[in-house]
Amino acid sequence: MEKSDVCTLSGKAVSDLNLEDVVNGSLKSDDFRISPETLILQAETAEAAGYRELGLNLRRAAELTGIDNKFIFDIYTMLRPGRSTLKDLLSQANSLENEHRAPLNAALLRETSHIYSKRGLLRAESN
Amino acid sequence: MRSKRFEALAERPVNKETFVSTLHEAGLIPMDSPNDPAPSLSIADGVVMEMDGLDRRDFDLLDRFISDNALDLNKAEKAMAEPSMNIARMIVDINISRKDILELTLGCTPAKLVDIVRHLNVLEMMMGLAKMRARKTPANQAHVTNRQDNPVLLAADAAEAALRGFDELETTVGVARYASLNALAILVGSQTGRGGVLTQCAVEESINLALGFKGLTNYSETLSVYGTEMAFVDGDDTPWSKAFLASAYASRGIKTRFTSGTGSEALMGHSEGKSMLYLEARCLMVSRGAGSQGVQNGAISCIALTEAFEGGVRAVLAENLIGMLLGLEVASGNDALSSHSEMRKTAKLMLQFIPGTDFITSGYSSIPRYDNMFGGGNFDATELDDWYVLQRDLQVDGGLIPVREQDVLEVREKAAKALQAVFKEMNLPSITDKEILAATTAFTSQDMPDRDRPADIKGAYWLLNKEPTVLNVIQALAKQGFEDVAHNALALQKQRALGDYLQPSAIFRDNFKVLSIHTDPNDYQGPGTGYRLEGERWKKLCNLPQVWNPKDFMDDLSASRHGSWLEEVGPAKAYLMEETREVVIALDPAFGTAINRTIGGLDLKDVLQAILDGVTDEGEKARIIRVPHTSDCAFVGAAGSNIGGSGVSVGIQSKGTTVIHCRYMPPLSNLELFSQAPNLDLETYRKIGQNAARYARKENPTPVPVKIDNTARLRLVVQTALMHLLSTSLVDYKGEVMELRIKKESYGNGKK
Repeated sequence: MEKSDVCTLSGKAVSDLNLEDVVNGSLKSDDFRISPETLILQAETAEAAGYRELGLNLRRAAELTGIDNKFIFDIYTMLRPGRSTLKDLLSQANSLENEHRAPLNAALLRETSHIYSKRGLLRAESN
Repeated sequence: MRSKRFEALAERPVNKETFVSTLHEAGLIPMDSPNDPAPSLSIADGVVMEMDGLDRRDFDLLDRFISDNALDLNKAEKAMAEPSMNIARMIVDINISRKDILELTLGCTPAKLVDIVRHLNVLEMMMGLAKMRARKTPANQAHVTNRQDNPVLLAADAAEAALRGFDELETTVGVARYASLNALAILVGSQTGRGGVLTQCAVEESINLALGFKGLTNYSETLSVYGTEMAFVDGDDTPWSKAFLASAYASRGIKTRFTSGTGSEALMGHSEGKSMLYLEARCLMVSRGAGSQGVQNGAISCIALTEAFEGGVRAVLAENLIGMLLGLEVASGNDALSSHSEMRKTAKLMLQFIPGTDFITSGYSSIPRYDNMFGGGNFDATELDDWYVLQRDLQVDGGLIPVREQDVLEVREKAAKALQAVFKEMNLPSITDKEILAATTAFTSQDMPDRDRPADIKGAYWLLNKEPTVLNVIQALAKQGFEDVAHNALALQKQRALGDYLQPSAIFRDNFKVLSIHTDPNDYQGPGTGYRLEGERWKKLCNLPQVWNPKDFMDDLSASRHGSWLEEVGPAKAYLMEETREVVIALDPAFGTAINRTIGGLDLKDVLQAILDGVTDEGEKARIIRVPHTSDCAFVGAAGSNIGGSGVSVGIQSKGTTVIHCRYMPPLSNLELFSQAPNLDLETYRKIGQNAARYARKENPTPVPVKIDNTARLRLVVQTALMHLLSTSLVDYKGEVMELRIKKESYGNGKK
């Protein structure tokens, strides 16, 4: 990938990220965050080299760039065994799909809800 | 009754290990459990209906995840139809490329992968590693930890490890609440040592993620997976939670690598009676399916368990290979303490070291074992020179670059000062100059002054839970005059925005140049292909501080030439009729001319005098001659025996090797031979003189006792060769045997 073309999550060009602006405080964390576009390009690169699954991972990651840290922690916790009810997972999937434009992650949650219900890894609804 | 030899064997380090027979019901079997399934697969409408003997309706979490997410169904039909033996043979066939192998192996079920590697012996598996590893250039990873979670020492140690060439540094904590400070310390240290070295802090998953999000770490290999559903759930995760976590890391531009290894399921009591390797194959397919670019495997912390069983070490190599057959970056173990026996540890290491892997160890203890908080230290800071020598011996790149002590001291001091500056600027508990000095020269954390630990922990809490991020660190470095370190830390953050190092098997070399499957793909296909340690890199790896130039030694020898203390009397007269009882002392061409010290450091004048004194002790006379036509000890002695009236001679080489020879004996035979010159002292030379005199009187004395030290040759063989070379260069085949005497005025000047 041509480095000068790459922009970060905030829209800054990577080539414009410099020490001076870090020191004077004009650059913030989001200016250094990888953008969904870059992650999708990386996904395509991986897929072209035969890494289909890594490609999908990076596509899910592209969707997660717009989601804040806390929400990511929450989703991860939900996915741990015995943490969520079927309803929790499905409604979170809907929210990811509809509110966060994260259909691939939504699909992951739906797949999870299906498997967890089969394998007894859901939290009981009554709780 | 006990054999003393068996008693000695019982005391050997290897016999401190546990060796047990297999117990497959408990999963205590490295490979080939009777409960392992045979490979099988049936697909209908793009869905796996049956895999490795199990119907879809009976699939557990892992079967389901593997069949839906990992198995490449486009490749599966062909792969599963291909006999395992054929694929095994393709792996070692240099005419078949890595890509062609992956076309098959990515379509294999776990049982099929195991069935393929079963056909390979360890040598063939090593050939598999050479061809199938993802990145062409091998690399290495280090552990940087200490018992006190001392940040100053962590920074200094990280800087040294980076300077030594490690491409990734991994820390962890003694006290969990230190995590953010430890991460900060090795980040600052690593970027002081060498820009682009990746760092991580292995802690609980959510803290790990938080550290990554803050930019304090740039990769993560804490994503552990297990080969059975029960073990996975006991680990408080599932393949889906791990897959999400991998995406979460990637969404912030953080490199991840999953972790698995033989033995973990058996250790957790959830093996289902399956072999360790079969379960590991499942782990590896889960890792691939979750979209991980790589794995850390090779039994890891369970290594001692796997190695307790027959074929355990082979199984560990097989699991590395299966990871590579799935196209994954493999950090191949050799991290946790695996054996009491140095021989056993090294032999195991060679399986990965010689063919090369993406990371030969998934954590070389760059700090002393005492401070290793991973329960590790299979190889530690005290064995770094061994590693360098192995690289030089075998012309193999083990990922480490030789260093000079002065450079290490400088970089350690700088890293400690850089961290001091960051702590100061960020209002973290201050670092004193005394601590910097201690960290610069420390061996272990015992050499460090105590810190206010509650204050550090409070600072760590603030760093983890409040606003500061790596940008504050970069700011602090720049403000305090560590611009170069700030630049390196900034460059890492820019790389996170570019994401090229999210690709399989990525490291940074040469000022942030990414080496990955795209820029540095392994193209090994036999001689002349693949990674070759040569050119500048080979020169660099050979450049050990211990290496000296033989020419310097030769020059030193020549410089010690202090004019002759021997003078020629005239051609040596031969008495062939045994008309006198004199002992002839025969010297080689360099004795007292080009060479004036024995290899053991004795002055040759003292040596000669001791022999003469010995002869005198017995009331006999000696004559000194120079043999110009040979530098060989036996022939010098033989030449001497042909000159003296008694027929007994002492032949002596300038390096000190001595023989008592007798006329009519074949040249290579002797009365007594003193071949270990470094072990001879002046007393021994005197006794040699005494015995020679007694032989001259036709007596039969007790041979002179000598010290035997078989390491002498080991230590001094090069010097021996060089001294002999010098002596041989002075051989004059047509020269006349001359009688010599010690110059009068030189008496008494021989002593040092």
